[in-house]
Amino acid sequence: MEVTTAQVGGARSVEAVRADFPILSREFDGKPLVYLDNAATSQKPTAVIEAIDAYYRRSNANVHRSMHQLAAEAEALYEGARAAVADFIGGRPSETVFVRNATEAINLVRFTWARQNVAEGDIVLTTEMEHHSNVVPWQLLCEETGAELEYLTVGADGKLDSRELARQLSTGKVKLVAVAHISNVLGTINPVAEIARSAHEAGATVLVDGAQAVPQLPVDVAELGADFYAFTGHKMLGPTGIGVLWARRELLERMPPFMGGGSMIRTVERDHSTWADPPAKFEAGTPAIAEGAGLGAAVRYLSELGMDAVREHERGLTAYTLERLSDMDGVTVFGPPDAAERGSLVSFEVEGVHPHDLAEICNREAVAIRAGHHCAQPLMRRLGVPATARASFSVYNTRQEVDLLVDALEKAKSIFGV
Amino acid sequence: MDALYREFILDHYKNPRNFGELEERDTEFFDRNPLCGDELGVHIRLDGDRVSEIAFHGQGCAISQASASIISDELKGKTVSEIAGLNRHFVVDEIGIELSPTRLKCGLLGLKVVQGALLGRQEWPDGTPDDGPDPEDVAKLRSEI
Repeated sequence: MEVTTAQVGGARSVEAVRADFPILSREFDGKPLVYLDNAATSQKPTAVIEAIDAYYRRSNANVHRSMHQLAAEAEALYEGARAAVADFIGGRPSETVFVRNATEAINLVRFTWARQNVAEGDIVLTTEMEHHSNVVPWQLLCEETGAELEYLTVGADGKLDSRELARQLSTGKVKLVAVAHISNVLGTINPVAEIARSAHEAGATVLVDGAQAVPQLPVDVAELGADFYAFTGHKMLGPTGIGVLWARRELLERMPPFMGGGSMIRTVERDHSTWADPPAKFEAGTPAIAEGAGLGAAVRYLSELGMDAVREHERGLTAYTLERLSDMDGVTVFGPPDAAERGSLVSFEVEGVHPHDLAEICNREAVAIRAGHHCAQPLMRRLGVPATARASFSVYNTRQEVDLLVDALEKAKSIFGV
Repeated sequence: MDALYREFILDHYKNPRNFGELEERDTEFFDRNPLCGDELGVHIRLDGDRVSEIAFHGQGCAISQASASIISDELKGKTVSEIAGLNRHFVVDEIGIELSPTRLKCGLLGLKVVQGALLGRQEWPDGTPDDGPDPEDVAKLRSEI
């Protein structure tokens, strides 16, 4: 494929980056794959695939308990990944808990911290732009505890309103604010540092869903000031099956364990046990070692590109997409109009063509986009649409691919006669 | 382009037959495709155990809405037990195109709500899992990868 000579990171051209992702050489009916569904999951570079392969071929053993050489190597890969991930987000390894995905990270908080700290009469405050993973666990918690679940509304500009947050916090009942760093539908980058500051002044704890943010923004948990920060490996060039809960050390120390079993204990008596220190306290059972090694490789890959460069590359693609779509008749784009205020995804609708039909017709052109409710049904209702189409970008996407998307959308319009 | 969006389908999408509401109805049902949010409701009037009138209403993609429109005339005059025995092959024969695994539920939603209305059935035709593709399709795709 013809690609621009734009640089993604350091001295690396997009072309060089693309060569790192074997799946991008796939073609469908002679048409090269245009993968624009990165907000659902990203593709994986050879470095990640090889890290997983090397663990199984050379170093496969269980972690934590055995004395032999292979066990030491497995431990080094897994704990090395933890150190790399912690460093990547400005946290410490002891605050970095490996879980299955962002959903499990949020549920971990629900079953540990929240059960201890949220009671009847309290408010759990989330927003209308959350993924279901940051809504349903809190619904379940509120059913269990009798707490109230409240939502910050999304304005016509796709943003939250700080005055509404202040109003909610002024009740003095808000125990937890659960908010996405970047909306997976609108692309809105929420001011989580400000939100955390206000929430803390009101005595509330803050959980940030960073699943969309960590793959595309420089994230520093210390600077953001949140209490919990959840994200997942597979959206940031890493494998499925591994995610991260970062939490402030003193919270992790006070929280009860999540699941019980091996690895999370210090001593086990017949009738009680004592717990290992965090993060082990929250990692019962044999962990996803291969996936950990893969995530470590993904973080190193992103670090080499440099997250400032990644952000700049993807912001440029988003701005270009907004520009191309605004030139088309009958296209409505959702979310903030300025690429500087949004992450690297664009949700839109084309008048007269249902998003599924758009996605289907794009697929015939080998352009992979997402259509549906994006696991954000409350937001769909707020926007007044049953579904949207969404194009989302990663380090390997190009402007030429955006052009191919626009060509496919034009084709859909002509098929439907709109 | 391919068969999926030929004129026949698009015509039924833009001018759906038997769409609207029935003031007098013996049974009704509403459901959505959990994968993507297509919505379809149906009102049915019976003459004995035969469908005499049928009306769909809803919103969704071309395949979901056109399939309901296309099968609607065919369902009129059928008995409840005849409709109980219908499956994806009936829908595919009527619309005249194969449905890919990702679009199967769009195409089956019309039949599903009719069977829901007449039989109280909650499950998808052919026992297609609620949140996944048909096992037959999975086997076929596996062999192609």
